[in-house]
Amino acid sequence: MSEIREIDIPVGATPQKISQMLENFEDVHGERMVVQMGPQHPATHGVLRVELETDGEMIMKATPHIGYLHRCFEKTCESMTWQQVVAYTDRLDYCSSANNNLGYVLACEKMFGIEVSERVQTIRVLVSELNRLASHFIAIGTYGLDIGAWTPFLYLIQEREHILDLFDRLCGGRLLLNYMRIGGLTHDLPDNWLKEVHEYLSYMEGKLDEVNSLLSYNKIFVERLANVAIISEDMCIKYGLTGPNLRGAGKKWDLRKNEPYCGYETYDFDIPVGDGEVGTIGDCWDRYIVRVKECEQSMRIIKQATERLEKMPGDDVLAAIPKSMTKVAPGEIYFRTEHPKGELGFYIVSNGKKFPWRLKCRAPSFSSLSVMSAVSPGLLIADMVALIGSIDIVLGEVDR
Amino acid sequence: MTWLDLLIAVACVAGVLGFISVVALVAIWTERKISAHIHDRLGPMETGGFHGWAQTIADMVKLLQKEDIIPDAADKPLFKLAPYIVLSATIASFVVLPFGAHLIGTDLNIGIYYLVAISSLEVAGILMAGWASNNKWALFGGMRSASQMISFEIPIGLSLLIPIMIVGSLSMQDLVGAQAGGFWNWGVFSHLPFAMIAFIVYFWASLAEVNRTPFDLPEGESELVAGFHVEYSGMRFAMFFLAEFANMFLVAGVAVALFLGGWHAPFSFLEISAESNVILHNLVGFFWFASKGMVLLFIQQWLRWTLPRLRVDQLMHVCWKIFLPFSFVNVLIVSLWIVLTQS
Repeated sequence: MSEIREIDIPVGATPQKISQMLENFEDVHGERMVVQMGPQHPATHGVLRVELETDGEMIMKATPHIGYLHRCFEKTCESMTWQQVVAYTDRLDYCSSANNNLGYVLACEKMFGIEVSERVQTIRVLVSELNRLASHFIAIGTYGLDIGAWTPFLYLIQEREHILDLFDRLCGGRLLLNYMRIGGLTHDLPDNWLKEVHEYLSYMEGKLDEVNSLLSYNKIFVERLANVAIISEDMCIKYGLTGPNLRGAGKKWDLRKNEPYCGYETYDFDIPVGDGEVGTIGDCWDRYIVRVKECEQSMRIIKQATERLEKMPGDDVLAAIPKSMTKVAPGEIYFRTEHPKGELGFYIVSNGKKFPWRLKCRAPSFSSLSVMSAVSPGLLIADMVALIGSIDIVLGEVDR
Repeated sequence: MTWLDLLIAVACVAGVLGFISVVALVAIWTERKISAHIHDRLGPMETGGFHGWAQTIADMVKLLQKEDIIPDAADKPLFKLAPYIVLSATIASFVVLPFGAHLIGTDLNIGIYYLVAISSLEVAGILMAGWASNNKWALFGGMRSASQMISFEIPIGLSLLIPIMIVGSLSMQDLVGAQAGGFWNWGVFSHLPFAMIAFIVYFWASLAEVNRTPFDLPEGESELVAGFHVEYSGMRFAMFFLAEFANMFLVAGVAVALFLGGWHAPFSFLEISAESNVILHNLVGFFWFASKGMVLLFIQQWLRWTLPRLRVDQLMHVCWKIFLPFSFVNVLIVSLWIVLTQS
């Protein structure tokens, strides 16, 4: 607390003298308040604790504290067989488990030199794009929730529900798919599944426009997000922000285009980038709208993949799965894929044995979170909520 | 004071309390159903049979049974006192609300002035709750609430001045009485478009006064979790809840009384004159008052489930830079109009 101090004013001092003395006297500042945002706070999207130093509602300093959801993913994988790790990758970012599976199996396949058929690749693309859609729906919906709009969240949860139903039919899992295997998939597509995907696509037509008119271009929503928490391209690269966060800052960088894998180069889609439509490039609204636009592109990819699969003759999706993985080729690899949250990288070292010798996961949410301390000074608490929502972190992936 | 006077006073209090409880229960239920239907959900469907109408009653009973948790570090006397202040300020304001020609607690000659004064006591209760909880989030909520409610009282007061100037009385029944004879005589249509502007400013500012979206910052779900009542549970929480919904009806009721004809029907043939049957006259008046209030209540809920929330600085911007200048100019023009036409 501030203290009360006495100033000795000499007898007969002129007013000028007194005011000069008061000017030299150190101004008494109030204390800053330390507020703990989280770990149980609705805006932190999980168990994140942010230590806020505030002056009134203005944030002076924000320090994220992580680790509440730490499960020793990397260490656990060292005592799991190569195929068992797939199930663990599901739990990284539980909103987009198929994309996690994909990153891991592609890394392993590349390291062991396993070739999969075109059909398996197409199914993988289809499933991971559906999951990207589901993940972005969560991101967009909860973002509306953070800003105070309830309704779009429930609408989008409903659209996501249909995707989860599709997954349910596909592999029995709704959230955690555990569908991909090194060298293939757990099982083939169920009957009529592609038709259901088609039906879903036609059902989704125009739904994103609904979201845009209800949320994205809502005057209050735009006012809340435009010019708030600007993360420039330069800053994104310094802090390792990738995916929609980097594209929101105006950088056209998408691994599906720049370093294609899984046959992404054969699909026709665009990379939406933030252009500062309502404010400055790289503000919260740009990062948000990139996700909305990416949903459209994902739907385009899903459409193309479904059409291809319908024409493709069926084959055994289990054919390329190694019969035994007790002895594998030694080696090491770093492989990265475009995950809904950003670049998901796996660094894997094999010593030729049954288990991975070392597995390191480069989690996009973790890097995204790192920018928080740098951006937050000067924001209001309400803007902090907008910032956390706009970088779209999932704590399962941050803590691993 | 005779026994009869006492009996009438008790009946008035019981009537007001009963009405507040019923209105709050109905409002909470409609809020749930309306939000559910806006969300493509069904909302409560089981309790009570018809569309879960008894759900709120069940919840209230549950809340009454809950343990009354008071945090160790809380300022206990203030913590306990706060919900009573909020609720009693609300109840006291209802006393001058004219539900019918004779259905009014007391027709004070300074009715609307009394209402504005008493209902602003609520800020004290909310600030007290935020402070006494000894929780920083509650404190944020309390502070936001205080700054917001005090700021928005100014445009509210100025826009209420318009009908008061036009009618030339502060008594609620005089204000309602001046709007008799069909909807074209309602306050909102007099001195077009200035009373209309006053009505719109009043309605929006009253949303801030009762902490509703888009001005629900004091309890901003995603920012402050629950704001000033984050530490409250059970019965005390129920009192805040009751006060919030009763207040929603209160501000709607004031809007109805001053701008939308009060207990008068939109067309005079829909009323029963006091000479033929006093009781029916009052009941029909009550019906019109309550239904107009409910329509405004519905609009409040509709807005809540559609719009996002403003930020603190934007809220103040809306108040001081948009509502206030509009209200001032409005007051100026209407007073000039009245002076010129009367002289």
